[in-house]
Amino acid sequence: MAPETTHRQVLEPGEVIDGFRLVERLHRGGMAALWHVTRPDLPTAGIMKIPLLGEDPTAIVGFEVEQMILPLLHGPHVPRWIAAGGFEAQPYIVMELIQGRSLRARLDQAPLPPEEVASIGAQVAEALYDLHQQQVIHHDIKPSNIMFRQDGTAVLIDFGLARHDRLPDLLAEQFRLPMGTGPYISPEQVLHNRTDSRSDLFALGVLLYYLATGKRPFGAPTSVRGLRRRLYEEPVPPRVHRADFPLWLQEIILHCLEVDPEQRYASAAQLAFDLTHPESVELTHRAEVAEAQSPWTRLRRMVRRLAAKPTVRSTMQQLNRAPIVMAAVDLTQEWEALADALRSTAKNVLQAAPEARLACVSVLRTHRLAIDAPADVGATHRHVQRLVQLQHWARPLALPGGRVSFHVLEAPDPAAAILEYARGNRVDHIVIGSRGASSLRRYLGSVSTQVVARATCTVTVVKVANAERARASTLAAEEFDEPASETSGEAQGATSAS
Amino acid sequence: MTIALLTDIHANREAMEACLAHAEEHGANQYVFLGDYVGYGAEPGWVVDTVMRFVRQGATALRGNHDEAAAGSEDVRLNVDARQCIDWTRKVLSAEQLEFLRALPLTSEEGVCLFVHANGWDPKNYEYVLGPMQAARNMQVVRARITFCGHMHEPMLYHMGLTQRVEVFSPIPGTPIPLSAARRWLALPGSVGQPRDGNPAACYATFDELTNLLSFWRVPYDHQSAARKVRAAGLPERYALQLLYGA
Repeated sequence: MAPETTHRQVLEPGEVIDGFRLVERLHRGGMAALWHVTRPDLPTAGIMKIPLLGEDPTAIVGFEVEQMILPLLHGPHVPRWIAAGGFEAQPYIVMELIQGRSLRARLDQAPLPPEEVASIGAQVAEALYDLHQQQVIHHDIKPSNIMFRQDGTAVLIDFGLARHDRLPDLLAEQFRLPMGTGPYISPEQVLHNRTDSRSDLFALGVLLYYLATGKRPFGAPTSVRGLRRRLYEEPVPPRVHRADFPLWLQEIILHCLEVDPEQRYASAAQLAFDLTHPESVELTHRAEVAEAQSPWTRLRRMVRRLAAKPTVRSTMQQLNRAPIVMAAVDLTQEWEALADALRSTAKNVLQAAPEARLACVSVLRTHRLAIDAPADVGATHRHVQRLVQLQHWARPLALPGGRVSFHVLEAPDPAAAILEYARGNRVDHIVIGSRGASSLRRYLGSVSTQVVARATCTVTVVKVANAERARASTLAAEEFDEPASETSGEAQGATSAS
Repeated sequence: MTIALLTDIHANREAMEACLAHAEEHGANQYVFLGDYVGYGAEPGWVVDTVMRFVRQGATALRGNHDEAAAGSEDVRLNVDARQCIDWTRKVLSAEQLEFLRALPLTSEEGVCLFVHANGWDPKNYEYVLGPMQAARNMQVVRARITFCGHMHEPMLYHMGLTQRVEVFSPIPGTPIPLSAARRWLALPGSVGQPRDGNPAACYATFDELTNLLSFWRVPYDHQSAARKVRAAGLPERYALQLLYGA
């Protein structure tokens, strides 16, 4: 059914649509016109998007998609939805006018310094993570669809190609051309697969490649044939363009640009983690490659593509496979039993999520007054010592390099430090130990109590269950020359302590 | 205005009670029953009385093929077991209840919505909307932008945009779906009293006319009691099993 064709396409400043006064036309593209609008009751200025209803059905369907998805989105990384007008009269969407700049303007300044590229990338990855948690894939990540608020927060705009996991995909109708923007579109989108959240990570990889090198990794093809080349052609490694290109950044970018989504970062949060912790990036063959692809590799990749079967997972399923788990480990002597139990619980959590990433964090308590004192040798030694202990603690987990990292925080308030780390690194799950249940500790409030009360993610508190009783039963078992029960992590922790 | 859409209740009192309570909790203030109140289940009298009570209060109720058969029509084709249920139903329903079923309309059009038991292209022949082909046929023929039908026991949503291509979507219970005014929709809420997709929970839907939001729901109910009653009434065992396993 064609929408009613009575829409007025010629609008003038000063006109009023459903109470919104048109102030100024900001933009007129192929798909829509954007107007700055005001309404007396609105706290902020608004932007009205009016679709240009021509012959192209994708423009109308794209507008329908945005009308469907934008009102469901929330948070600082999307424009706030204000109102919508239906197709029966004048179709429009009114949303918050973002006071800030578009990333588009920075393109002309590429190549940018690596640290700046990483910082931009981390902001965008954080926005993507927030969007993916709302079960939406953007599918058109590119500089002109990314804005930055004045405080630096990245905002994703234009949801015309987006897909919501729990709603009908209006763009699944077989449009002839793959839906996306030539330089940025992911290989799976080229193959009409719109269900993978890691498509957005590919597009972000293209964007970072360009910002870091000033060159497009896959050119700007417009034909399907041209788009398909990225299925088997590797991008030229950034180090070929810039000999001094940092290995960690090449590793990150090429990790995003993997053809097979299973080989990319498992989540935008894990990508943001690497972009904010260059020192923790596990360098692989991706970091080492320093020359363009040989015809032989290209052929091998073509064959591999023919045999490849796509993995179909919803955005939520994918995120649930790939949480960032934080183990808050206290390694002072009295915690030894607990440290074992903590590891055991962390192992269970990791086993349930095959692509999880573990951040092992330990807090070195500092005195509030000593913050400005010059760093002494003793402090450095304690820091290194704690880091080594932390690595030793995690060794039995046998995690590969890319899936585990170690962080020693120095802070006067351990609970505050743990919470800040969790928030800053988009941690999904904190595993933390707690000792006993003495009334004094309840009264004063232990670190774990504070973490549970104030965390914005899941927290698992590990206790050595009935430590005293467990120790007693172990001794009793030894007396009778029988092995102690080793069925639960807690019991193991208690046993090894006795 | 939030409309609760209940269809294919099939004499299942426990399922209907659970859905009505759920709908009330979720703000339903208008009710549309898309037919098949009887057949398969053990409490046709209670279900028909309840529908009659709702109709007296302004609800819409349409006729399904099982209702037509129970009301005495010889035209409706049913398999042997279903026919056995209908014969039993005819014996337990009162003359007033049977007359109510006989007098029900086949369709109702309100605003942008068409309500019908089986399909919009030929309501009295009870053909099934088995897939996109039949959905397309429906959407090409009916005037209303949104068609709601029962008859198919599995919840499903079809839609057609400018390209005239029909897409199918398996709704996720509890997620409101905005029905864009720029396309046509065909919604099957799924069966209240005889779910057949492997999940014994009852199906129904709510539609908010103001916001254009359609929500599909799955409501767990005491299906074991309902199955026990089917056995106690001496109805075919397969209908008890269908309640227990939802298949």
